Amino acid sequence: MSILNYLVLSGILFAIGGTAVLVRRNAIVAFMGVELMLNAANLTLVTFARMHGDLTGQVIAFFVMVVAAAEVVIGLAIIVSIFRTRGSASLDDASLLKS
Amino acid sequence: MTEMTISSGEAVLFWILAPLMVMGALGLLFARRTVHIAVAVAGVMVGLAVMYIANEATFLGVAQVVVYTGAVMMLFVFVIMLIGVDSTESLKETLTGQRWLAALAGVGLLVLMGAITTRAALPAPVGLAEANADTNAVGVARILFSDFIFPFELTGALLITAAVGALSLTHRVRLGAKFGQKEMAAAKLKAYGAGASSTLITNRPNPGVYARHNSADMPAVDAAGEPVEASITTVLRIRGQESNLPSAEELADAGRPYGQGEEPAAVPGAADERKELEQ
Amino acid sequence: MSIDLAAILIVAVPLASAGVLLLLGRRSDGWGHWLGVLASAASAVMAFVILFGLLGRGAEDRAVDVHLFSWIPAGELDVDAGFLVDPLSATFLLLITFVGTLIHVYAVAYMEHDDDRRRFFAYLNLFIAAMLILVLADSFALLFVGWEGVGLASYLLIGFWNQRTEYAVAAKKAFVMNRVGDMGLIIAMGAMFASIGSVDFETVFAAAPELSEGWATAIGIALLIGACGKSAQFPLQAWLGDAMAGPTPVSALIHAATMVTAGVYLVVRSGAIFEASPTAQLLVVIVGAITLVFGAIVGCAKDDIKKALAASTMSQIGYMMLAAGLGPIGYAFAIFHLLTHGFFKAGMFLGAGSVMHGMNDEVNMRGFGGLSRFMKVTWITFGLGWLAIIGFPGLSGFWSKDKIIEAAFVGEGWQPWVFGMVALLAAGLTAFYMSRLFFMTFHGKARWNDGKNEAPGPEQHPHESPLLMTVPMIVLAVGSLGLGAFLAFGDRFFHWLEPVTGHAEHHDPVIPIPVIMGATVVLMLIGVLLAWRQYWASSVPLMPPTGSVLTRAARRDLYQDSVNEAVFARPGTHTVRTLTYADTAVVDGAVNGLGAGAVGLGERLRKLQNGHVRSYSAAMSVGVVLVLVIVLVARI
Repeated sequence: MSILNYLVLSGILFAIGGTAVLVRRNAIVAFMGVELMLNAANLTLVTFARMHGDLTGQVIAFFVMVVAAAEVVIGLAIIVSIFRTRGSASLDDASLLKS
Repeated sequence: MTEMTISSGEAVLFWILAPLMVMGALGLLFARRTVHIAVAVAGVMVGLAVMYIANEATFLGVAQVVVYTGAVMMLFVFVIMLIGVDSTESLKETLTGQRWLAALAGVGLLVLMGAITTRAALPAPVGLAEANADTNAVGVARILFSDFIFPFELTGALLITAAVGALSLTHRVRLGAKFGQKEMAAAKLKAYGAGASSTLITNRPNPGVYARHNSADMPAVDAAGEPVEASITTVLRIRGQESNLPSAEELADAGRPYGQGEEPAAVPGAADERKELEQ
Repeated sequence: MSIDLAAILIVAVPLASAGVLLLLGRRSDGWGHWLGVLASAASAVMAFVILFGLLGRGAEDRAVDVHLFSWIPAGELDVDAGFLVDPLSATFLLLITFVGTLIHVYAVAYMEHDDDRRRFFAYLNLFIAAMLILVLADSFALLFVGWEGVGLASYLLIGFWNQRTEYAVAAKKAFVMNRVGDMGLIIAMGAMFASIGSVDFETVFAAAPELSEGWATAIGIALLIGACGKSAQFPLQAWLGDAMAGPTPVSALIHAATMVTAGVYLVVRSGAIFEASPTAQLLVVIVGAITLVFGAIVGCAKDDIKKALAASTMSQIGYMMLAAGLGPIGYAFAIFHLLTHGFFKAGMFLGAGSVMHGMNDEVNMRGFGGLSRFMKVTWITFGLGWLAIIGFPGLSGFWSKDKIIEAAFVGEGWQPWVFGMVALLAAGLTAFYMSRLFFMTFHGKARWNDGKNEAPGPEQHPHESPLLMTVPMIVLAVGSLGLGAFLAFGDRFFHWLEPVTGHAEHHDPVIPIPVIMGATVVLMLIGVLLAWRQYWASSVPLMPPTGSVLTRAARRDLYQDSVNEAVFARPGTHTVRTLTYADTAVVDGAVNGLGAGAVGLGERLRKLQNGHVRSYSAAMSVGVVLVLVIVLVARI
């Protein structure tokens, strides 16, 4: 088996995550799509770290994880806040900034 | 550096895990219930953790389980509960052409990234045996606390900021006077005086308390023997799973009569009424 | 005190005084006018210090260059600010500060009832300082500073009573016409820099003889345009008459004695350039001759006492220009006439002011008459000025004007005959219109309402002016009487100027000198007699008679404003209108069209902004895919 399989898998996960963001209207689901994309990128980093024999990739993946955690906290807080004021978690309902 | 080989065990692991993960991910696109999606994604995360470990990133694999599966995905589930598990999303698209665009973007990304990774001239894999000589955690720590010490400190600041931000975003300013136990009692009596049902005066029983069955789809009965419609959870109503209240005769047959004259039917507006009271 | 220090102080003191008066504002109302007088008097003292300092030197040493600072060190153009004290500038210093001080004193009384007297004195001091810079400058660049300074002061003072629209308009007219002349001076400086590479007097005049005739003519004509603007010479003469809108002391100081003579100073100072170009010289003479006759004709028809005097000023400066254009033989005479004219014309203007003072600011001479009995001092001092200007033998004007007429007759070919005859005939005209003015004002029957006769208008009580006004008039009258003889005696004034104007060989006029003198006196007497017959012996109608075509034209300044309007203003207006239209239609059209296009495009594009975050992310994702495609295609 080639190590490239990991990269292909990561690509598949990334594409699915991206499509989920575009297709799903529930903010939480779209947000999970974003998380999936981040994790796919992490898998790439880890695979390349192994390919090059350099741990820096893993360190970067670690940072991605930390930042993603912070992002999740804020993102969910925003979703909760919007839900409270507008009674909906649908992305299409939060379209007040259009011209 | 010596070239590494990938063991057949790892290959077996990959070919078992990868289809499972892709299927879990596809749940994001096709599953209707948010909770199902969350569980599927959590599964993908666990799969990823295993793959990290297979890729000689033990520390990250553990961290992945702890951070993602343990914290992030549980946070998601928590928020889903907060917002309402019952809010299933219709899969009908509202934006014109969005599906096509999404398909184009997804397939395009897939094809292009696949093409790039397979066609790219990549070096032979080296493996991390050398770098992981003092265990993976030590290796990562060496880099993290030397070259990346400053970004590491910054992430600390970032996390604190995120915590404060989440607090301020979800903080609710109390606009009126505090609505305590005393005020609640006064309000209930006032409503009763205005002609509301007497069941409002007393505390609400928990779902199913005093009910015939120990079941959430049965209305509770208050001290006066009247059914408390509000004791049925909204989830049951939305799912259409609440059953009709048994008639007085049936109850009498069962030896547990209600009070007289009450129309024992589920009130459609009950959920709204309860919401109003909460607010 | 050294000449250097005096030269700096003579400018600095009035300048500082003007600054103090303008900055302190109303706080200095109580004593401001006396500070102005004091500053001017201090300058006069300095002028005398400089005069005696120069007299104490040998004739060849009478040029002191006072270096102030390096002013414009710009590559090849390196201009230093410095003063040049020589007999010519010293003469002007004396004229400006002495006459200036007398007029300051006069103005203290004349402007007594004006709320803004302090501001008036601030402007007067500003003018004195600027005029002194003009004559002291040792380069055309610094001269230009003074040139603009006097223009500014003149503008401020003509429009001093700017609450009256026509006065403000007159000020603007003077300023704009002066600007035309200033343009000539700037062009002259540019041409000097282009051809010689410097604008300071020493270098330019040293290089002038080697200059090609083309350059010399160009510079000369440009300088002449500058001189015409400032000195109200043809064809830029139109502003002087309207400039009489200013208070009378201003007319006396700026528009008679000093500023308007700056053009003559410029021509004389730049003599070296004009000598290198006979064409330019001839043009100066022609301009002088035309203005000489022009002013005289206009002066014969004006009924406004100040405008008549203004026309006379124009005409007399024409004499000076004519002399200045004759070359070295005329320079000294031009300056001599300038000096004597400064005295007698200032005296007459002050006299006119005194008459106005006693007649409730009436300026129409047809409403005067018989004033000699009521204003003895004014009558006598004005009379001395009158005798001086018409060239009555023995008085100042006689000595200076006669020399110019003689010089005009010197030369070969047609020129001496034409210019000589013009100068000679103009002397007769001068005698006529000045006598007309004098007789109409002071003699004949009283045509104003004295409560007994039937004259229209409010009742008048003519009275002599206070001492503060009469004393300056007396001093100036003494100058009118004796200054000419004093300076002409033994040709001392010409010897004094010789280091600057150069030694002029004596030439014989085409007609013998005694004949010229005789003809001048005879013409003068004829002019006086004619005026006597018409304006003293016979009664003067209150309403001006229709008169001949020439009279009507002269009353309207020979249609100078109509000509300017038709030749310059109207085509300019049309050009501007056309350009404005082009600007609106083409330039603005393009700009507005661009804006409208952007708005329209935005109107279309904003439909894309539907507020749905999923649309935006779809756009982004498709964009990423496209970028990847492009990169891959480029790689393959």
